Amino acid sequence: MSDRTVSDRIVSDLILETRDLSRHFQGLAAVDNVSIACRRREVHAVIGPNGAGKSTLINMLSGDLRPSNGQVIVNGRDITGLSAPAVSHLGVGRSYQKTNVFLPFTVFENCRLAAQSRLPSSMRFFRAARQYRAVADVAMQAIEQTGLRRQAMQTVATLSHGEQRQVEIAMTLATGASLLLLDEPLAGMGADESAQMVNLLRKLARDHAILLVEHDMDAVFALAHTLTVMVNGSVLESGEPASVRASRAVQTAYLGEGHHAE
Amino acid sequence: MSGRYQRAVLLAVAALLLAFPLLGDRFYVQFVTKILIMVMFASSLNLLVGYTGLVSLGHAAFFGLAGYIVALYSPEAQAASFWSTLVLSVTGAAVLALLIGLLVLRTGGIFFIMATLAFGEMLFYLFHDTSIAGGSDGIFINHRPVLKVGGWQPVELSDFVHFYYLVLIVTVAVLVLLRTMLRSPFGKVIVGIRVNEHRMRSLGFDTFRYKLACFVIAGALAGLAGYFAAVQFGVVNPEMLGWHASGSVLMMVILGGMGTLTGPVLGAFALMALEEVFQALTKHWQLLTGLVIVLVALYLPRGLAGLIPGLSGDEDDGPPGFTPDAGKQVAPGDSSPAGPAETVNSVRQNRV
Repeated sequence: MSDRTVSDRIVSDLILETRDLSRHFQGLAAVDNVSIACRRREVHAVIGPNGAGKSTLINMLSGDLRPSNGQVIVNGRDITGLSAPAVSHLGVGRSYQKTNVFLPFTVFENCRLAAQSRLPSSMRFFRAARQYRAVADVAMQAIEQTGLRRQAMQTVATLSHGEQRQVEIAMTLATGASLLLLDEPLAGMGADESAQMVNLLRKLARDHAILLVEHDMDAVFALAHTLTVMVNGSVLESGEPASVRASRAVQTAYLGEGHHAE
Repeated sequence: MSGRYQRAVLLAVAALLLAFPLLGDRFYVQFVTKILIMVMFASSLNLLVGYTGLVSLGHAAFFGLAGYIVALYSPEAQAASFWSTLVLSVTGAAVLALLIGLLVLRTGGIFFIMATLAFGEMLFYLFHDTSIAGGSDGIFINHRPVLKVGGWQPVELSDFVHFYYLVLIVTVAVLVLLRTMLRSPFGKVIVGIRVNEHRMRSLGFDTFRYKLACFVIAGALAGLAGYFAAVQFGVVNPEMLGWHASGSVLMMVILGGMGTLTGPVLGAFALMALEEVFQALTKHWQLLTGLVIVLVALYLPRGLAGLIPGLSGDEDDGPPGFTPDAGKQVAPGDSSPAGPAETVNSVRQNRV
């Protein structure tokens, strides 16, 4: 703060920042004074045991949940308290822990709806949606990027769990988001599907900032540039993955004594 | 292939409806006119219930208000203009829908149903218990509005055959408009809202605005139907806007098949025809009607429209010029009957 030039440079590189972000549920602090940051093209992983407040944190970042205290700053702009649609239009896309897609629609229709959200308005009543070529192109690009081309015309409900998770990511991409908030993208996936998803995320990390909440430690250590450990709503440790892993506090509190022995 | 089949059925129905006044007598022509008006009314409700997932139990408020507007606006001793009464009625219904929508759309699920019911009943008692429009007896339109284009009068509204054709044209226009709208970006948004509103919001859609727009459009179309209902027999009464009327039109939508264009058409024809038949059989006809509705609900979850494949009026569409990789061709069957339909139902159940 004292050195303006340094702080300006850091701000311009920051895509996401939280300042003392808190959320209380009837006196219980689900998230307590969390200050984290995510830079462009950075994968910032947030780990922690169940109930650590990771999903609550993401919900506050995406506008799904209003913070009790603190600020969320995206691209230098205070977005605290903005609605989910408004946050989405600032280039923040998210996926959900529990697959949250349009099951009766095809993969293409899911992605087209996502791409359509970038039209200045969807209050367009007369021209058929299929005639919006640019929208369809963006949707198809997202489908190609996530490797779902073969399934494009299939109803999402008929896809495997892993494919549905990919659709979720594809939709986020089709909105053109530059910051991806991914809530356990590997949840419930088999080994093969996980490996595929990790590859996909690595590819996406080249031109997106990613805030990744994940339980799969192999994936986290394979992808993350920065690692934050949350316990009971607070940040226990944050920094480079290697140093966080080496931290005594983290080992006892979260990774468990077993890892210490390694 | 199915396109040709669809066109053949449509042509046959069109021919039947066009020729009908030549065959039928006054009673049946008026009866079918009444059904066509209900087709419009049910289609407008289907936009809310079937496509957007908003179950309204107060939709008759817009239908009835439009009727009351023509009746109150028509001078006692001379005929009013068709165009001005039509515009006034439909606008009145749309404005009412905007006001009610602004309030009720803040709620969801069962609260939405209760709130729409409450507003409908408020309007019912406003007309029923005050003397602004004849109280419980309602009021008459002494002279039907006059339809003139320039100095020419192409249609005589008090002539039942003329009126039949006018209503037929308007009903077809409403269905074409709905079909166009449902294929537009707006249509895709409202169906997205029905399936998963939360996801729509996180994709960046301010869903409240779209639901409100949809509510206003549905209200205006219900007003259009209400206008013709009032003009047909020249009388309006509070029954037009009560919950019974709202329930009955909802029944048509469910019976015919929610979320399909043909559903409300089939539903309106089936329910009105059934009622007519049962009324001739017994004075306990409502029991029989109820029984049929229970059976349809049990055995035809997709309504009558579900019985006739390829006639739902909805289209599958994909990216232009798209073919999946040569390796595995996606069977067209993947996107219809059992699987997705079950999903739609389970999604609906989850919402309630």
